[in-house]
Amino acid sequence: MVTVVIPSPLRRFSGGVERVEVEGASLRQVFENLGRHYPELRDRIVYDDDLRPGIAVSIDDEITEDGLLARVRDGSVVHIMPAMGGG
Amino acid sequence: MVATPEKPQYKVIGTRPIRPDGTDKVIGRAEYGIDVRLPGMLYGRIKRSPYAHAIIKRIDASKALALPGVKAVITHDDFPPPGDTAMTMGEGGVSTARFMLEGIMASKKVLYRGQPVAAVCATDHHIAEDALELIEVEYEPLPVVSDVREAMSDAAPVLHENLRTRDMAPLSQTPSDKPTNIASHLRFARGDVQAGFAAADIVVEREFETSMFHQGYIEPHNGTAFWNRDGKLTVWCSTQGSFSVRANLATLLQIPVSQINVIPMEIGGGFGGKLVVYLEPIAAVFSKITGKPVKMMMTRDEVFEATGPTSGTYIRVKMGAKKDGTLTAAEVYLAYEAGAFPGSPVGAGATCALAPYDIENYVIDGYDVVVNKPKTAAYRAPGAPAAEFAVESVVNEIAKQLDIDPIDLRLKNAAKEGTPRPTGQKFGRIGAVEVMQAMKDHPHYKSEIQGPDRGRGVAMGFWGNVGGERSATAAINPDGTIKLVVGNVDIGGTRAAMAMMLAETLGISAEQVHPHVVGTDDIGATGLTGGSSSAFAIGWTMYELGLELRKKLTERAARIWEVPEDQVTYGDDGVIRGPADAEGKPREMSFKEIAGRLARTGGAISAGLTTQKQGAGPAYGGHIVDVEVDRETGKVTILRYTAVQDVGTAIHPSYVEGQIQGGVAQGVGMALTEEYYWGPDGRMQNASFLDYRMPTTLDLPMIDTVLVEVPNPGHPYGVRGVGEVPIVPPMPAIQAAIADAIGVNLYKAPMSPRVVLEALLDKER
Repeated sequence: MVTVVIPSPLRRFSGGVERVEVEGASLRQVFENLGRHYPELRDRIVYDDDLRPGIAVSIDDEITEDGLLARVRDGSVVHIMPAMGGG
Repeated sequence: MVATPEKPQYKVIGTRPIRPDGTDKVIGRAEYGIDVRLPGMLYGRIKRSPYAHAIIKRIDASKALALPGVKAVITHDDFPPPGDTAMTMGEGGVSTARFMLEGIMASKKVLYRGQPVAAVCATDHHIAEDALELIEVEYEPLPVVSDVREAMSDAAPVLHENLRTRDMAPLSQTPSDKPTNIASHLRFARGDVQAGFAAADIVVEREFETSMFHQGYIEPHNGTAFWNRDGKLTVWCSTQGSFSVRANLATLLQIPVSQINVIPMEIGGGFGGKLVVYLEPIAAVFSKITGKPVKMMMTRDEVFEATGPTSGTYIRVKMGAKKDGTLTAAEVYLAYEAGAFPGSPVGAGATCALAPYDIENYVIDGYDVVVNKPKTAAYRAPGAPAAEFAVESVVNEIAKQLDIDPIDLRLKNAAKEGTPRPTGQKFGRIGAVEVMQAMKDHPHYKSEIQGPDRGRGVAMGFWGNVGGERSATAAINPDGTIKLVVGNVDIGGTRAAMAMMLAETLGISAEQVHPHVVGTDDIGATGLTGGSSSAFAIGWTMYELGLELRKKLTERAARIWEVPEDQVTYGDDGVIRGPADAEGKPREMSFKEIAGRLARTGGAISAGLTTQKQGAGPAYGGHIVDVEVDRETGKVTILRYTAVQDVGTAIHPSYVEGQIQGGVAQGVGMALTEEYYWGPDGRMQNASFLDYRMPTTLDLPMIDTVLVEVPNPGHPYGVRGVGEVPIVPPMPAIQAAIADAIGVNLYKAPMSPRVVLEALLDKER
């Protein structure tokens, strides 16, 4: 199982739940399965088979560069956050 | 330099070779955008709004078009309808095509003074300038909102009728249901804040304001475009990311990326401000209309008024601490001006604000707010300097109230490996503690301050750093050199750093690697030079490229010696070794020797690849500053400055030191002298280098640097980004030094003579 940590601004789409356990071997599968529980939440993260612009995701404390194709393993922790720009 | 035991020994890395681009820049041969000259070239100029907020009622260009030499006038209507396609503005920064095009050319309404409303191109620059006066624009002025708090109130004029507050990030979430100037709200939280404050022995709450600040790059924006009759568009420009320019042009002009070649010229500074396109799309449209190459350049006042400074901010910080110095809770409220369109760096400010510390309980709220000012762009650690100004100033006040050494207080609360970040993920190996300890051990910190009205301050700073995509090809020349081709714009010494990392991998000298930066048609996809990403990202590329060349050279040596490949090794000293020959002599070939034999032993060797790696290491800096305050004039003089920073591995220490000194200089400007001074009509009153007071050599002492090396485990050579961290601590460090000198805490930056004097007068009342 993969743990998805829902950031506070998005918890209104998860009924206030902070951590959700879902199956999946890739981020695409994880968010697909998340969507079965919380369809609106998935739509806030994923758009057109990609992460929404402005959204970044970390898997086990590393921000992924691989979008929805990023691999996750059993026990992985996924965080959703705003993407940051640099100068 | 302070190296941790994790740092390995290197041969090339850590040395200081001459920069590959040095000679051309010193003798004036380096080519910048302004040097582009093409046959039949036309020159474009932009008609800009004199109003900060107004409806465009009518544009009449007939008189301008009648002027001899004028070839075309364009407005917003000459661009394809933009739609709401998302567009990248730098790592993570996003906007929409509609907003971006409005910034390039307004349609129905202007939202800041200096916003383009039309443009003209002519046979020379002066005719184009004269023609601007002949373009008639009728406006209906609207009320101006230029203060972030005013813009957030329900009574404020709304800039965008369709703008709704979104959660977490622009473009990403369900909007609220009413028109507003608050484009987005994000929140990071940990623990129980109320319980944290209840456990505190003291609570300090302060409000802060910072001005808009401009990057102040010495080279104004420029762009030249030639739209050939075969449909191919070539653009020469000053940019931090040629592929980003290409992508933005493709979206705005609605042509395929394969039809666009962007050639990045040498860049005279960017600091984040050259991640955005302003002139290139206009020049391209003119070229399409006229069939001629068109060149456009900004004047300095256009740069100030109509490019992308960083946000002015209003920040509120409340922190609680126990008597022993343990920080128990924090509330951070950040309101950042986005400028005319959504997209301030408030997200980055929010993630950096408390990053030096491990605090159990906090809430960070960030608001992205549109105002009638130019759309902000990235500026070196975007969002972090203002956030740390507020947080670090409060931390210093807490230390003062508790009578604890400010570095000891920081060491007690320092973030370490495993500390959760506001965004949830945990820190890996970081150097916050090492930086704080190096500050405490430094002779500067141990020295006495003597004399009246003199004081000392310290502060920490943080930046997350990023990676990204990089491409490179390397071809071995017969003389033992390497032609290295990259798309990575060199803004801060990347050519030297990449040459050194490839040389280290191959066991040769940095001088044997000759780097060349090329345009988008000549290299694979390459990300922006920004976010302190380049040395990290291109370092990975160089490492993997070097391994690929080693493999190919080992195979070739085996073929030359007619021995099995598994008996041949490539040494870190750049010598290839095989089994002894029939006479028992060891078989050896240097890189240079085998390079000379390639042509006759199977042909030349080259390699090319694209990398995109995770693992960019965040970094910390800590600054110590001594100041003297003139009570009569309010002028603050910096007496001594020491900047300590965890740099991961200093690839070329001179460049690293230069990055740190440059960051400090810009941070000192934010702290003391730089300011967008606004009139009530939303007009910037000081749009020149004469009045926008950036620090000069006369304003700064020598800036001492201490390079702490805590290698980043996410990089083969331990690289962390270094460019952005050093701009973060100066504001709070100087604030604390001023407070130490005259007993007055200032909460507004810049802490200009006026601000200092007003505070002193208030104190005397």
